[in-house]
Amino acid sequence: MLRCIPGETPARPVSLRSRSTRPAGGRLAVALLALLLPAALSGGAAAGEPDHLTLYGAQHPQMLDILVQGFKARTGITIDVRAGDAPEIANQIAEEGTSSPADLYITENSPELLLLEEKGLLAPVDKATLAEVPAQYSSATGAWVGLLARENVLQFNTSMIKEEALPASLLDLAKPEWKGKVAISPTDADFMPIVRVVEVLKGKDAALAWLKGLKDNAQVYDDDEAVVAAVDRGSVAVGLINSYYWYRFRTEAGADKIKSGIHHFAGGDAGALINISGAAALKASKHPQEAQKFLAYVVSKQAQQALANNDIVFEYPLAAGVAANPALKPFSELQPPSINLTQLGDDVEPAQLLRDAGLL
Amino acid sequence: MSALVSIVVLVPLGFSLVRALSVAPAKAAALIFRPIVGELLINTVAIVVATTLVCGLVGLFAAWTVERHDFSGRSLLATLFAVPLAIPAFITSYAWVSISPLFEQFGGALVVLSCSYFPFVYLPVAAALRGLDPTLEESAGVLGVGRWGVFARVVLPQLRPALFGGMLLVALNTLVEFGAFTLLRFRTFTTQIFAEYKTGFNGPEASLLAVILIALCLVCLLLEAMLRGRTRYARVGRGGRRAMRTRLAGWTKPPILAACCLLVLMTIGVPFGMIAFWLMQHNSAAISPVIASPELLAGATLSSIAYGVAGAALTLLLAAPLAFLASRYRGPLVTVIERAAYLAQGVPGIVIALSLISLTVHNLRPIYQTSFLLLLAYAILFLPLAIVSMRATFAQLRPSLEDAGRSLGLSRWGVALRIVVPLAAPGIGSAAALVFISITTELTATLLLAPIGVHTLATQIWADTSTLAFAAAAPYAALMTGLSLLSTFLLTRQFGRLAVTATE
Repeated sequence: MLRCIPGETPARPVSLRSRSTRPAGGRLAVALLALLLPAALSGGAAAGEPDHLTLYGAQHPQMLDILVQGFKARTGITIDVRAGDAPEIANQIAEEGTSSPADLYITENSPELLLLEEKGLLAPVDKATLAEVPAQYSSATGAWVGLLARENVLQFNTSMIKEEALPASLLDLAKPEWKGKVAISPTDADFMPIVRVVEVLKGKDAALAWLKGLKDNAQVYDDDEAVVAAVDRGSVAVGLINSYYWYRFRTEAGADKIKSGIHHFAGGDAGALINISGAAALKASKHPQEAQKFLAYVVSKQAQQALANNDIVFEYPLAAGVAANPALKPFSELQPPSINLTQLGDDVEPAQLLRDAGLL
Repeated sequence: MSALVSIVVLVPLGFSLVRALSVAPAKAAALIFRPIVGELLINTVAIVVATTLVCGLVGLFAAWTVERHDFSGRSLLATLFAVPLAIPAFITSYAWVSISPLFEQFGGALVVLSCSYFPFVYLPVAAALRGLDPTLEESAGVLGVGRWGVFARVVLPQLRPALFGGMLLVALNTLVEFGAFTLLRFRTFTTQIFAEYKTGFNGPEASLLAVILIALCLVCLLLEAMLRGRTRYARVGRGGRRAMRTRLAGWTKPPILAACCLLVLMTIGVPFGMIAFWLMQHNSAAISPVIASPELLAGATLSSIAYGVAGAALTLLLAAPLAFLASRYRGPLVTVIERAAYLAQGVPGIVIALSLISLTVHNLRPIYQTSFLLLLAYAILFLPLAIVSMRATFAQLRPSLEDAGRSLGLSRWGVALRIVVPLAAPGIGSAAALVFISITTELTATLLLAPIGVHTLATQIWADTSTLAFAAAAPYAALMTGLSLLSTFLLTRQFGRLAVTATE
C-alpha cells in the first residue's frame, strides 16, 4: 500500500507540457472500461427477487457450494453467498437486526446459532425438516437445524512424537512438559466451544488455570488450517484441531506424503467434543417459503449424501440413514463429553476466559 | 466543498473515538490493562522500531550506491530498487513463509517488511542526493576532510529531511500493516483488532485497540517532526550542476555489488521466484477455498481493475478541491482543512473499514454493503496520496491564465474544464495511477467491505494463503503483481522514472 505523509511536496516537479494527441489505444481502453465498470461493480446485487436468496455462510466455501448448486438444480432458485468467519457473521446479522438482507445463515458451530436464537432473529424451522435430524443436534426450541458434526482431535507430527506419548485428556496439554509443543488457534470459532466444555465440566477456576497453562505452552496460529499445516511441516509437535481439517490436508498432500496423524482423546474428555454445524432461516427474510425449502433441502438424503460422498468436506452427516465418509472413525464409536448444545452456550463466557488468560 | 471532504474523512475517525469513549471507565480500564495489550504494545513498538532502522540503513545504502557511484548496470539497479513498492507486503510474506516456517514471527516480519518498505527511504534519499550541491562537498574536501568525513559531516546532515521522511513512511506503514503480520503469525494491534472482529467482538474492544493504534501513529508523526527539526538546507545560488559520481573500483567493489545483488534477490527474486514455483505445483480442491478457474481469475481481475478505476476517480474528485485550495491559499483555515485529510494517513484501513460498517449498518442503511461504501473507504485511505501528487501540479499553474479565461467570457466551470484540467493533466494522471495501484493491492478494507458476491484478486489471495493453500493462491498472486507492475511501469514511463517519489 502506497501512502504519503503530510507537508511533503513531490521531489520532482511534473512537466506541464500537455500532450496534444492521446493514443487511440487509450481511448479504446476508456470506452471499454466505461462499458465493463458497472457490470463489475454491481456484484451479486440481484437480491430481493423471489428466485434469489441471500445466504450468510460461515462454512467452507466448497461445502456451501455443494448445497447452493444442488438446491439450484432442484428448484431453480439462485443463492448469493456472503462468506466470513462464524461469530463475525453472526454478529453482523445481530447488528443488522430485523432489516438484514440475509435470508439464511449456515455456520460451523452451534453457539452462534444460539446467540441469534436468543436475540429472536431466527424463524422457526418446519417440523418436517427438524424430524430428519436426531433432536439432540438441533435447537431445543426448533429455531435452527443441525447439518453436520465433527470431532475435536489432537493432530501430531509422527516424526516428532510417538502416539503412546500423547495425553488422554485435553487438560494435560497445559502441563509444563508440553511447553512450546502445542499449536492452538484461540481466535478460531472452533476453540471457544472447547473452552466452554472445560468450564462446564471442571468449573470456571480450573478452566482459567488450564487456559493460562496452555498460553505458556502454545504456539498461536490464526486458524485451524494453519495449525494442521504447521504440525505436518514439523513446526510444532501437536495441534488441537477438528479431525476433518486433517483429512482434507491428507487429500491435498497425498496420504503417502503426510507426516502427521490424529489422536482421539479419551471417552468423555472435554477434548473429544463434537461440534455441530447448523442452518437457520431469518425472521427478517422476505422469502420465508423459499428459505424453508432450502432448509428442507439441506437435511434431505440427497443433500446429506452429497456432503458425505466427496473428498472435501469430511464431516459426519446428521440425517438418519446417511453414511459418513468411510475414511472417518464411525460416528457411533465417538465418545464425546456429555453436554448438550444449550449448555454449550453462546460463546460469551469462553471469550471472557480467553481474555483473562491473555489469549484474546 | 473542501470542508465537506474533510468531514467525510473525519467521520469514521470520530466514530471510533466516540465508541471508545462511550465505554464506562472501569470497563475500559479492564479492557486496556488486560494481559494481551501489553504483549501487543511490545510487539508493535519493537517491529516498528526495528523495521524503520533497517529500512533507513538499507535505503540509505541503496541510494548512496546508485547515486554516488559509476558502474555498469547502475541505472538498472536504480530501477530494481524501486520495484518492491509495486509488490504488496502480504504477497512478499506469502513468498517467504511458503519457503519455511522459520520466516515467521518477529524475525520473519522484520525481513519481509524491510524487503517491502526500504524503497520508501531509498527513493527520497536518492532524489535528495541528486539535488545536493556538490560544491559543498568539494569545499569540505579541499579543506582536508576525508571521504567518510565528508559523508558524515556534509552529506548526511543534508539528507536528514528525506531520510526521516522516508523512515516515517516506513514506520506508519508498519504500524498499519495487517496481511503480512497475520501470515507471519506475529501479533500486533492490527491483527488483534481483526481477531476481535472475527470472534464477534466488534464493539468497544476493537475501538479501544484502534484508539491506541491511532495514538501510536501520532507519536510517529510527532517524533519525525522533532527529529527533523526546523533546520532548512536551502541554498542561495544555483550551485554546481554536475553529478558527484566516483568510479566503483578497488576492494570496495565486490562487497558493495554483492550486497546490491543480495538485496535485489531478497526483495524481488524471492516473491517472483516463489510465485513461479507455486504456479507449477499441483493443487486440489481439498484445502483451497477458491480453485482458480479461468472465469474466477478473469472475474477477480476485472473487479480489481474496476474498483481501482472507480476508486481512483472518486478519490481524485474529492482530492481536487483540497489540492487546489492548498496550492493557492495560505491561512489557518486552509491548513486545518488540509491537515484533516492527512489524518486518515495515520489511521489503519481496518479501523476505517470497521467504523464505516458500524456507521452504515445503523445510520446509513442505503449504502451499507454497497460498492460505493468500499469506494468511499478507498477514497478516505488514499486521499493524502492524491493530494500530494496533485498539489504540486496545481502550484505550477499560472493564475493569470485562468484570469484570462474568465475575462474572455468563460464560466468558472469552463475555466476548470478547458484551462486547469488540460494543464494539470500529467499531475492528475500520475495521482490517478498511484491511487489505482494502491487500491488494487489493498487488502484490509477490501476484505471487510467488499459487497456480497464480489471477489477481487486481493480477497482471493487472502482466502487461499490464510489456509496455507500456496499453490491455489499463486495464479491470483501472479496476476496481482503483474497488474501492479504493469501500472507502475506505465506510470514511470509516462511521468519520468521516479515519479513514484511523489509519495515522498
